[in-house]
Amino acid sequence: MERTAVRGRLSWQVAPVVSVTWETASVATIQLDPPDWAGHRAGQHLDVRLTAEDGYMAERSYSIASAPGELLAITVERLEDGEVSPYLAGELQAGDELELRGPIGGYFVWEPSDGGPLMLLAGGSGVVPLRSMLRHRVNTGSDVPARLLYSSRGWEDVIYRDELGQHHDGARVSYTLTRSQPPGWTGHSGRINSSLLAEVAWPAKTNPLAYICGPTSFVESAAAGLVELGYPPERVKTERFGATGGR
Amino acid sequence: MDPIDGNGIGGLLIDAFGKEMTAAISTCATCGARRPVAELVVYQRAPGTVVRCRTCGNVIMVLVKRADSIDVDLSGLASLSNQGLP
Amino acid sequence: MSPVSRGFHHHAPAGEETRVPPGQHVVGNFPVLSAGPTPVTPLDKWTFSITQSGQARKSWTWEELQALPAETITADIHCVTRWTKLGTEWRGVSVDTLLDQAGYDTPYVMAFCDGGYTTNLPVADVTGGRAWVAFGYGGAPLEAEHGGPARLLVPHLYFWKSAKWVRGLDLRETDQPGFWERYGYHMYGDPWKEQRYAGD
Repeated sequence: MERTAVRGRLSWQVAPVVSVTWETASVATIQLDPPDWAGHRAGQHLDVRLTAEDGYMAERSYSIASAPGELLAITVERLEDGEVSPYLAGELQAGDELELRGPIGGYFVWEPSDGGPLMLLAGGSGVVPLRSMLRHRVNTGSDVPARLLYSSRGWEDVIYRDELGQHHDGARVSYTLTRSQPPGWTGHSGRINSSLLAEVAWPAKTNPLAYICGPTSFVESAAAGLVELGYPPERVKTERFGATGGR
Repeated sequence: MDPIDGNGIGGLLIDAFGKEMTAAISTCATCGARRPVAELVVYQRAPGTVVRCRTCGNVIMVLVKRADSIDVDLSGLASLSNQGLP
Repeated sequence: MSPVSRGFHHHAPAGEETRVPPGQHVVGNFPVLSAGPTPVTPLDKWTFSITQSGQARKSWTWEELQALPAETITADIHCVTRWTKLGTEWRGVSVDTLLDQAGYDTPYVMAFCDGGYTTNLPVADVTGGRAWVAFGYGGAPLEAEHGGPARLLVPHLYFWKSAKWVRGLDLRETDQPGFWERYGYHMYGDPWKEQRYAGD
């Protein structure tokens, strides 16, 4: 996919909802079929806008979960005190319409020509844009080596569990569970720290390209950890949600 | 309330500037720090969107969205560069 | 015209229409809005001052503020971002008390705060029992994210005038724009006249 950044102004369009699939108890993937979609780059997001009967509007951004060329999808975590996410992950159904615009983003994007080795760090629903990158890597037959370290509260909160598995088509996937671990858990526990990164991350001398996405506090801590390991800051790309996980 | 970063206001920046801006390199007018707009600190839960320098904390940009316009104050921004970007 | 999203409802006015200014909707929670990081000032370093031309006319330490007569205030509050919260309960010292002790002879003030936030007000709008330095909310000490240890409370104006982390009022001869006013918000901010932006 060539490097066409967004040109000109973005327009809102109304997209039919094709399906809503639950990834976990509170996370849903919504497939959409917008009439006028120009394609996207792995890591980009789209803006969604809801309109109530009295004209009140609420707008949020969500990372695109699908890879370039696949049916457009977003993955939304339902936040208890959220205004938009409980509607998207709870009320929205196949056959409904969703107003959106996109794709948006020219910084937190990856394509195979960007090279690697890729070091992906995900905090909670921060895994969404990284999953798009991993799928794009597979779909293009890229031989760029990749590792994903995915931090989640518990195993039941891990999104795309079956798809990611242990090895996502040659990419090594490691998990750290911060709040609870299932019986017999042999993966990592606790928040990401220097010793976990030293064990799991590509060594700095391999000149990795890192993408970190998740809540702000997760991203700050993980980015500091990689820089401490010797990653040049300009090769550590970050995307921060707010504390509640949404934007 | 934790801030987000410039990635999260990509759409607003396109509305304000007419094109993708998150990969552009900003220079803070207060301390001279340079970094992509995507890496700036963004406070979005406010009467406007306040974009601050990650190094010195000073305001770089304020965007106020009104019914028919977006007002952008750039007095904290020394420069923007698209050098090296596609 | 955007299509209506099936099944998307938001907070409807609670049958208290006369208490809700135009363009506002009632919320049950207390949203946290901020233009910057939450400042932290230890109470043993905290002061509130009435200043003029670079000098403090009067200053109070935290203990001295706590020793002043305090009131419980129940008020509806209206944020320019369109949420309104009814019947909020505060505890604070009336700005009348502070200005009377300091003495004042100017028509305007600029509230100044930890973190650099400012907002301008006519003295007439922070006197006559219309404004407080509030350090309690909902029966408990005011939390940092809501402006604690103390914030200005001026409920008859849009809530951006109720400056969080307030440290004083600077007496001014002229009405100069504070933080949001410089970025296009209204100099006065009356919610009942929907004075959100300059020129409204």
